[in-house]
Amino acid sequence: MTLKVNLITGRTINQGATIENKTSSDYQEATALCELNPKDAGQLGKPGSNIKVKTAYGEVVVKLKENNGNPDGLAFIPMGPWANAVVDPDTKGCGMPGFKGIPAQIDATSEKILLMKELIARYK
Amino acid sequence: MTVITDALCPFCGCMCDDLTVIVENNKITEVKNACKLGVAKIMGHHRIKAPMMRTDKKGEFKEVSYDEAIEAAAQMLAKSKRPLLYGWASALCEVHKKGILLTEELGGIIDSTASVCHGPSVLGIHEKGIPTASLGQAKNRADVVVFWGCNPVHAHPRHMGHYSVFPKGFFIEKGRKSRKVIVVDVRKTETANMADEYVQVEQGTDYLVLSALRAILAGQAAVVPDAVGGVPKEALVKLVDTLKAARFGAVYFGMGLTQSTGRYKNIDNAISLITELNAFTKYVITPMRGHYNVAGIGQVMTWETGYATAVDFARGAPYYNPGETASNDVLGREEVDAAMIIAGDAGAHFPAKSVRHLAKIPVVQIDPYWNSSTEVANVVIPVAICGVEVEGTAYRMDNVSLRLRKMVEPEHPTDVEILEKITERVRKIKGD
Repeated sequence: MTLKVNLITGRTINQGATIENKTSSDYQEATALCELNPKDAGQLGKPGSNIKVKTAYGEVVVKLKENNGNPDGLAFIPMGPWANAVVDPDTKGCGMPGFKGIPAQIDATSEKILLMKELIARYK
Repeated sequence: MTVITDALCPFCGCMCDDLTVIVENNKITEVKNACKLGVAKIMGHHRIKAPMMRTDKKGEFKEVSYDEAIEAAAQMLAKSKRPLLYGWASALCEVHKKGILLTEELGGIIDSTASVCHGPSVLGIHEKGIPTASLGQAKNRADVVVFWGCNPVHAHPRHMGHYSVFPKGFFIEKGRKSRKVIVVDVRKTETANMADEYVQVEQGTDYLVLSALRAILAGQAAVVPDAVGGVPKEALVKLVDTLKAARFGAVYFGMGLTQSTGRYKNIDNAISLITELNAFTKYVITPMRGHYNVAGIGQVMTWETGYATAVDFARGAPYYNPGETASNDVLGREEVDAAMIIAGDAGAHFPAKSVRHLAKIPVVQIDPYWNSSTEVANVVIPVAICGVEVEGTAYRMDNVSLRLRKMVEPEHPTDVEILEKITERVRKIKGD
């Protein structure tokens, strides 16, 4: 089923610890994921399964992760290339893109998670 | 073996100053006292060995000499009508000075990672000023500590331990027990789990909640609805009472405010609340800056150009108008025709629309590591790591300037050396 969410992006400790090592699998493990509370996540599949996040600005495949702290309908993707595939580029007249508060739809998927290199190659 | 004590950390805006770094044969073998972020940064890993170039961005890079790469970068930038020079936050102030000079020579735009971080805070501070204090003041005095829209456990792991919550202070005899910690956020983070009080607001309603708190503080609770941003009115009234009871309150805020609905108006409103609390007791507010020297590029740009971010030299004199001149404005409008990415990673941290434009235009990257910007670059120039292999000045998140030492000798040239050479070549090319 399709889960409708409000998407936010931001820092995590593992994202930060691998930020200078973006070609590594550790960086992908740390950032190509989407956190939902167990109730929302349960509608999509088991933690660790692949999900596709779609917004008006793009779509990206990431790994499903549970986070008990998220309220219902709030999705979190760590900042980085996977999150930025779907954020709102509108700077709202002050230079800041919409990295938080993006309406998104999430589905389970069998598609694979792109490597950072492959993800950026889509833009060329 | 060399033991460097009281070393400074070049990762986040905390710039922790109590690290011990062990060096053997010019290699760092151990870092003590740092958090996971600091250890990863200082220990480092495999680097870009030599400068690289390619004409086709879908093609492979070819290793070239530093002279060839510098020449190509200078030609690319000198030919550009609207170059963007972005990043700077992971470099020292000495690098910023050279970067501003190069941008001025080019008539380009210089912008820092604040553009996607605390840029709105700069605008909010322009509107209202900022009642603030050093982290040391807050450590020694703050008995009420508020984290609003920030998660230091993840983003600034030693902030609470080194400065804001756990240490004993001159007037804070029992450390953590002498402080009340309040977290306001949209989800219950690990920071929220450590708080005495957690207020969960609906995402995008911070402005409303701040306005409600200001109304209650002004004695106008009657006009506040039963719930604001999902927070019951009683909880807001209780929060105002807690805030007012402080002897010294310290408020820290992050991207939860700068990137959510309202953007800079959230900061404006938060500063207004803090200003008004100062009618009752002492309050200060501090943005939780991300990169260790993102505050530094703001400082250097302010004293060199008059503005802290998004400065456009196209008119010959500095011009600044985020919304028009910030990186994602000019990339989103596909206005930029060449870019230099240095000490920041636009490829990873800009929205897809901006990265798509970077993929279309000539890009030179100056960085120690291969990252997402490398993927869209034509010329890549590897450099020494500021704060580890290069000494210099940086500004902590509270705008205290500190001197970082060299821990090991670099194998690569410094950012300053590269920028000086590019600038020299740009002057010659433009002069011809």
